[in-house]
Amino acid sequence: MSKSWDQWTWQEIEIGGVLTEPGSARAYNTGDWRSSRPMWDKKRCIKCGICWTVCPEAGISEEPDGYFDMNTYCKGCGICVKECVTGCISMVLEGE
Amino acid sequence: MAQKMTAGKRIGMEVSIAVSYAVQLSRAEAIAAYPITPQTHIVEHLSSLVANGELEAEFITVESEHSAMSASIGSAAAGARTYTATSSQGLALMHEILFIASAMRFPIVMTVANRALSGPLSIWNDHGDIMAERDIGWIQVFVENGQEAFDHSIMAFKIAEDHRVLLPMIVNLDGFILSHVVESHQLLDQETVDRFLPPLVPYHRLDPAKPVTMGAFAMPELYTEMKMAHQMALTNSYGPILEVWREWGALTGRHYQPVETYRTEGAKVLLLIMGSLAEVAETAVDELQALGEPVGLVKLRLWRPFPFEELRKAVAGADLVLVCDRALSLGGGANPVLAEVRSALYPLAVRPQVLGYTVGLGGRDVQPADFIKLLRHGQAEAKQGPSQEFFMYGVRG
Repeated sequence: MSKSWDQWTWQEIEIGGVLTEPGSARAYNTGDWRSSRPMWDKKRCIKCGICWTVCPEAGISEEPDGYFDMNTYCKGCGICVKECVTGCISMVLEGE
Repeated sequence: MAQKMTAGKRIGMEVSIAVSYAVQLSRAEAIAAYPITPQTHIVEHLSSLVANGELEAEFITVESEHSAMSASIGSAAAGARTYTATSSQGLALMHEILFIASAMRFPIVMTVANRALSGPLSIWNDHGDIMAERDIGWIQVFVENGQEAFDHSIMAFKIAEDHRVLLPMIVNLDGFILSHVVESHQLLDQETVDRFLPPLVPYHRLDPAKPVTMGAFAMPELYTEMKMAHQMALTNSYGPILEVWREWGALTGRHYQPVETYRTEGAKVLLLIMGSLAEVAETAVDELQALGEPVGLVKLRLWRPFPFEELRKAVAGADLVLVCDRALSLGGGANPVLAEVRSALYPLAVRPQVLGYTVGLGGRDVQPADFIKLLRHGQAEAKQGPSQEFFMYGVRG
């Protein structure tokens, strides 16, 4: 269905709430829950990928240059900051 | 244990065994169950039928009722005709999964051999177990005797699997009072049941060739619409339920209605009862009518979806309705059936007075003489204005 889910009527919902198309989780941008975001200091980053590994929500992507950055699914939990071995990630309030 | 079944002939057998034959005749393909008194004989016999090769089904011996209902959801999702049975604490242990089965719209059929909930520990009959599960979104019927238990166990599959319905269904039968007594049953042969109940056609099923997501979560923007869809499905199952019951009536001569009446013509005082106690109350009604008293009986068969219009019709013309609940809503003003009946009648400009009684808790015997005493009490209370929200019949002290 093309229209966004806050427009669906009860009659339009598939029986049992079954989703017949894949990708509904991808379509849901959980990043808009975020109140603060991780920032990488590339000077100290060693491209080890620990942040990518420990992220519980696949909210971190590897960039073409081998560094890491958050994506639109990052909820701002800060686990990557806690686990980064070089301390190159810090949390910054959204809007700053 | 194999017993040859002869169609048409009346056969004396325990009601639990008759239910298990109904499930066999319905060609259940998956049974996930955990034994609990007084449901045990049903699943015990089914496991023998499967072990002996008399029923081609997967019998899943789970470690709890929570798992029984979870496995039932799994097998229904795979597209198998799924059956389970439970009682009391077992039903309570299923609690959270019951809502999921109905929200996912799986046509699982379950027998509940109604039994009191602990505490104190009681293995005997009342409706406390199912009333705690009133709002699970399943179709629910109550039966009065073994024949009805047999009939409704087969019809339940046809109703649940109807693509206009797609909801799980519970057949409630009174534990011990029905489950463990030997009654006379008229069974059907396999060919007749096969004609009546075609193989299950799953609406959605797990299929690697056509993957779907089942059981996805819903954000606040969708939860209300999902619940509305469920509410409408349950409400609209009413028509297909009646269709199936009519078809069964034409096939067997045994006709069922959402609300049934016994000698209510001209009756001014009505007893209203669900389950096996209705047969006991018939005797009381006969005795009182022999004395010329305008007393009748209303039996509520379909509990969910609740048959509002039929109930209103059934009590029209009465001055007093005495609702007998086999359950207790602690701290409330009305037990479950009483509350439903009152709310069905409240919008009417002209309505009978409705009083409520709790009877037969935890296996307490209720005899015809008890219904006569209860009627006398109700008439006196109605005359003077009820002294309590509802009454616990027969309680000492």
